[in-house]
Amino acid sequence: MGKNLAGKTAFIVAVLLVFCYGIVGIPKGGLKESITRRINLGLDLKGGTHLVLQVHTNEAVASAVDRDAARLQTDLQAAGISGVTAARSDSARPQTIIVTGIPTDKISDARTIFNGLNYSSYDLGTNPDGSQTLTMKQSAATDLTNRTVETSVETIRDRIDKLGVTEPVIQKYGLGDNQILVELPGLDDPARVEEVIQSTAKLEIHAVVGGPFASDQDALQSNGGMIPADAILVHGSSSAGAPDQVWLLKRVSEVEGTDFRDAQPSTDQNGRPNITFTLTTEAGKRFYAYTSAHSATSSSPGSMAIVLDNKVREVASINSAISDRGEIEGGFTKQQAQDLSLMLRTGALPASISFLETRTVGPSLGAASIRQGIVAAVAGLLAVMVFMLIYYRGAGINACLALILNLVILLGFMGFAGSVLTLPGIAGVILTIGMGVDSNVLIFERIREELRAGKSAAIAVQQGFAHAWVTIIDTHVTTIVSALILFLFGTGPVRGFAVTLAFGLLANLFTAVYVSRVIFDSHLKGKERGAVISI
Amino acid sequence: MELFRNTNIDWLGKKWYFLGFSLIFSIVGVLSILFWHGIPKGVDFTGGTQIRVSFDKTPDENHIRAAMDKGGVHNATIQRVSDPSGHAANKVIISLPISSATDQAHDAGRQAVEGALAKDYHDSKATVEQVEIVGPTAGKQLQKQALLATLYSLIGMLIYLWFRFELIYGVAAVIAVFHDTLITVGAFSLTNKEITLTVIAALLTLIGYSMNDTIVIFDRIRENLATSRRESLGDVVNKSINQTLSRTVLTSGLTFLTVLSLYLFGGEVLHGFSFALVVGILIGTYSSIAVASPMLVAYQEWRTKHGKGATLPTGRRVKA
Repeated sequence: MGKNLAGKTAFIVAVLLVFCYGIVGIPKGGLKESITRRINLGLDLKGGTHLVLQVHTNEAVASAVDRDAARLQTDLQAAGISGVTAARSDSARPQTIIVTGIPTDKISDARTIFNGLNYSSYDLGTNPDGSQTLTMKQSAATDLTNRTVETSVETIRDRIDKLGVTEPVIQKYGLGDNQILVELPGLDDPARVEEVIQSTAKLEIHAVVGGPFASDQDALQSNGGMIPADAILVHGSSSAGAPDQVWLLKRVSEVEGTDFRDAQPSTDQNGRPNITFTLTTEAGKRFYAYTSAHSATSSSPGSMAIVLDNKVREVASINSAISDRGEIEGGFTKQQAQDLSLMLRTGALPASISFLETRTVGPSLGAASIRQGIVAAVAGLLAVMVFMLIYYRGAGINACLALILNLVILLGFMGFAGSVLTLPGIAGVILTIGMGVDSNVLIFERIREELRAGKSAAIAVQQGFAHAWVTIIDTHVTTIVSALILFLFGTGPVRGFAVTLAFGLLANLFTAVYVSRVIFDSHLKGKERGAVISI
Repeated sequence: MELFRNTNIDWLGKKWYFLGFSLIFSIVGVLSILFWHGIPKGVDFTGGTQIRVSFDKTPDENHIRAAMDKGGVHNATIQRVSDPSGHAANKVIISLPISSATDQAHDAGRQAVEGALAKDYHDSKATVEQVEIVGPTAGKQLQKQALLATLYSLIGMLIYLWFRFELIYGVAAVIAVFHDTLITVGAFSLTNKEITLTVIAALLTLIGYSMNDTIVIFDRIRENLATSRRESLGDVVNKSINQTLSRTVLTSGLTFLTVLSLYLFGGEVLHGFSFALVVGILIGTYSSIAVASPMLVAYQEWRTKHGKGATLPTGRRVKA
């Protein structure tokens, strides 16, 4: 190993430079700015808001099944099979459509439709009572679930972007848990974020079948004790401050949040804030067909309810056919009109969401934490270095150089990998210092043993490294194994810690073993056999 | 400078003292877990709302409690924060139990607390520094994840040691770190300190650290077994512990130094984390000498008694 020392030294210097670049990049401005540009600080250090959201994907599945059931009924009627009811099964089996009332001689006709392309994502079945079932295939449901989460991520990203937060993190989170992680650096008031994300989780426009009623019982009574299969009861109030009422609405919505192309806050003729919207072409055509059939001048005039988060916000009679432009008046405040039009512009969420975790760190606490963490790291490092110099004298210098280089590589690594330094990460750095020292101590103690056994300095160094190497490998690999497992199964702070620890240990293998050896070798180089080393 | 040159301590001869010491600490911890404080779980695992508020002046807890009552927050726990060094920080942590933070009314508790504070400290003397709201679903999930992560990482290490040494070495090391974890968690229970996600990271660190210490000694045992075949296993183990004692004390001392600086200067946010490490380094160092190594000898004695051959397998060895 004594050969080619110049080459090895050059290699070490090159590594040092590469990782220095990792830490500061091309220096621009002061040192502090350069470092903070490269090393990403976690929310616990710079302040910000961390949210974990749950997407209720089962809702998206249920409403897709609802839509397919409604379409199926239309398709059956168009094929001349009348008197048939197709509806989603109870909530215990939200993936199943039950079709009842098919005349026996038409069953094979109906089955042909079921087997058609429109319902290829369903499995067919027959109930003992003769009714037919279509159950959404698990693969189709999983696809829909995944798409729902992905769409939700995109929608939330759009909304957050419009809040003007720099470098937000919005991504799928957890394994198959349908969760979304949202991290907003620098934003320590989560109230508005939560409102923007959540308040209009789902917006729909439904046709009104009946109402308003004072209560569910009233609504049931006036319908002969039963709600029609294609209708639902929805609570709400048609204007702000009005008492809670109940409407009977068509189950399948005419327009959904995703049908909106644009929405802007504006004011009505009385100067009250409202929202004007534009629909997509396709939804506009559908909406026109419906509103022209049910406008005030038609044979069956009707009204529409604007439903936000399953609550009626506004009920309006259809005065004339609306194609792709309309207005929502809901007694909004100006801020509400702005936020709501923001939601509509960026598309509604395909399913509602709820909040699982909210963590907010104010910037002052973050700054205090980073100061304390750095003080602790530096104090620990200095204490260790002083001790190593006293205890091992000359060899102590090797250990100090190795430790410093270890830190440079670790931080540079993080700069290159773009990983985030968190408070537990700083703790990981401190622990890396501890393990780095351990490697040096293991090696130095072995060298001392060999020297005590009467070996020459050069042999002692060689033997010392050879013996300690086995142990260093064993200890490092075990810890790296556990760091990897922590990274795989841990979350948040545990992960940040694992990343730092794993990087630190890899760096340590290089510095404590390779670099320290090169320093010893260059010290012993060219000296005769009787040379001594300070250890 | 050199410590512990040519030490010749009969570690195995003291194994009954060690056993007694370990048993006392484990039992005290287990009793506290079972009958006293239980395992004090932080908001990360129980779910609930935790709000850290900083005041201009030293806050009066009764005043805050009254403000909360007036604002309709009746189930809050108010806890003053102090640094590990003892001097009080002008901060309190207001905690609300899980019922105030269901997945649905996630933010209600926070709003109520902030509202109550704003009403009573309207001259903005109170600053909300940190808010943690964990819903019941997330709490359970985080708890499960932390337990699984610990379990998996233990299995991972066991497998590695099995591969590199022999199964008995891995088993002994895992029992030793289990002992360390139990005693450390017991210390958390005794002092009623909350276990949070960061503390879990610390517990895993201590597992890794204690494992390291054990491996260094095992490595020496394996090496000595290969060279000195005439000595009894007990002598080899004693010799190995003595040969590595200098390193053990030095490394543990220095690591303890860095962890202590974390405990003293790391601030109260890292209080639980550094406490776990301070306790863990001490107990982890002790257990590699006093728990893991005697177990190898005990295993060999068991083998001899049951006629399975007296030699302890030395396992594979990488070429140096």
